[in-house]
Amino acid sequence: ATPPSPAPAEPRSSSDERNQSRINPSRESMDASAAAAGGGDGTQRTLNPYVTGNSVIAMKYKDGVIMACDTGASYGSTLRYKSVERIKEVGKHSLIGGSGEFSDFQEILRYLDELTLNDHMWDDGNSLGPKEIHAYLTRVMYNRRNKFDPLWNSLVLGGVKKGPKGDEKYLGMVNMIGTHFEENHIATGFGNHMAIPILRGEWREDMTFEEAVKLIEKCLLVLLYRDRSSINKFQIAKITTEGSTIYPPYALKTNWGFAAFENPSKGAVGTW
Amino acid sequence: NGLRSLRPPRSRRPRRNLIKEGRKRDTGHRTAPLRLLLQATNSGDSTTSPPSSPPSPTTAMSRRGDWVYENNGGTCVAIAGADYCVVAADTRLSVGYNILTREHSKICELADKCVIASSGFQGDIKALQKNLAARELLYQHQHNKRMSCPAMAQLLSNTLYYKRFFPYYAFNVLGGLDSEGKGCVYSYDAVGSYERTGYSAQGSGSTLIMPVLDNQLKSPSPLLVPARDAVTPLSESEAVDLVKDVFASATERDIYTGDKVEIVVINKAGTRREYIELRKD
Repeated sequence: ATPPSPAPAEPRSSSDERNQSRINPSRESMDASAAAAGGGDGTQRTLNPYVTGNSVIAMKYKDGVIMACDTGASYGSTLRYKSVERIKEVGKHSLIGGSGEFSDFQEILRYLDELTLNDHMWDDGNSLGPKEIHAYLTRVMYNRRNKFDPLWNSLVLGGVKKGPKGDEKYLGMVNMIGTHFEENHIATGFGNHMAIPILRGEWREDMTFEEAVKLIEKCLLVLLYRDRSSINKFQIAKITTEGSTIYPPYALKTNWGFAAFENPSKGAVGTW
Repeated sequence: NGLRSLRPPRSRRPRRNLIKEGRKRDTGHRTAPLRLLLQATNSGDSTTSPPSSPPSPTTAMSRRGDWVYENNGGTCVAIAGADYCVVAADTRLSVGYNILTREHSKICELADKCVIASSGFQGDIKALQKNLAARELLYQHQHNKRMSCPAMAQLLSNTLYYKRFFPYYAFNVLGGLDSEGKGCVYSYDAVGSYERTGYSAQGSGSTLIMPVLDNQLKSPSPLLVPARDAVTPLSESEAVDLVKDVFASATERDIYTGDKVEIVVINKAGTRREYIELRKD
């Protein structure tokens, strides 16, 4: 007996909707799309994300760039992996955070490894800064999209590097089809809807590290409460001219002590 | 027997499935019909119900159309004068109902007398502008001079048509000074058909702006003989004021236009740039 067809796709209102995990990725949808995409020559390309990471939030602060995300990766509606590191260092000057298909993120890390290795082997005193890596990733994502074989990710690239005007902080984002831009604060996935309004209201130019952490925790908490695929285990990373630090994972304090939650059947006995 | 002897005997050759072969071959990256382009413009952010027909090459194409393009919005305007050209574009980058950033430039200076403004899918726009800038550099190296605006106009048209079956989702407006120093504006569609005009608007707010420009700049009919000059007799500052006005008006009604407008003015003396604030809602 054939398995039941999957639930219809959720309304797509933003590019990051593509990053949201499909409800129950079933074999049937994979077969159908594979067969259709294959056509005559039998090649198959992944057209759906399977194991997906959540939002990544990042912003510039006084000394550099701070980035945070949760450590979960979902398989459809299952919270399959709970200790996944989705922020990594790239070279000496940058941090990369990825949401979306986790295996594609690992592939991107492999590309970046090759890139930084080659750069290191030149041994000419130069090193790739965040701007260069952002440009490289933009080209990679765009060209994969052109071949109809995308890396199903939204990447956040942040870093600090000495430039002609002193230490230049840089923060940018690329999505799976190559749309890219630079901003003072970035959020992918659901963060676009929930964290960006907070950041737009409360971000200031010269925040100290403590203030930046407080602001980012505020955003992470909102996502924890309202994004069903987020878990209460977060990692914060920062990058300054001294170098990068990825802090160990920790949990945020949540408050569920609302009167309506305490006794939910108060007004309607028998409800659950 | 020649080549015949090299082929394995008929019985050993694998049976070809002629029915499968008869179906149109999916040639992958070379073909993505204009239908995808139209899907991206028409469906926007409403729930598109998937087609209920069985998987066939056409459905595969439309399924690919779900994600290969996106419309990042924005409006571009250009006005040509007797000895100047004004090219302007807003700086908002959107996707669906979200604003990604309020400070994103859609304008690229390709040559000293040639500026392009594009709206549409930002990935394609950046790739296209990068492509043109690289070709202009090559031209400089080969001809020991910068590309003129009419030459760039033809190059842009050819570049767009080159990707006729998987288009650059970019709606372009090219502005600058021609070889005589007169203002020129070229307006394009996504696949490269273009025309030299006196003024043009492209992008999400173009339908709001174009009628106003038609009214204010009173372009002579292209059917007149002898052909009348389409460049406006307005002065540079009057043209810039008109551009500010049309953007302010478009911002009121078009959700994808707003934040800031970047105005680039090219004249004999060179190029200057100014930014005017627009409504941020």
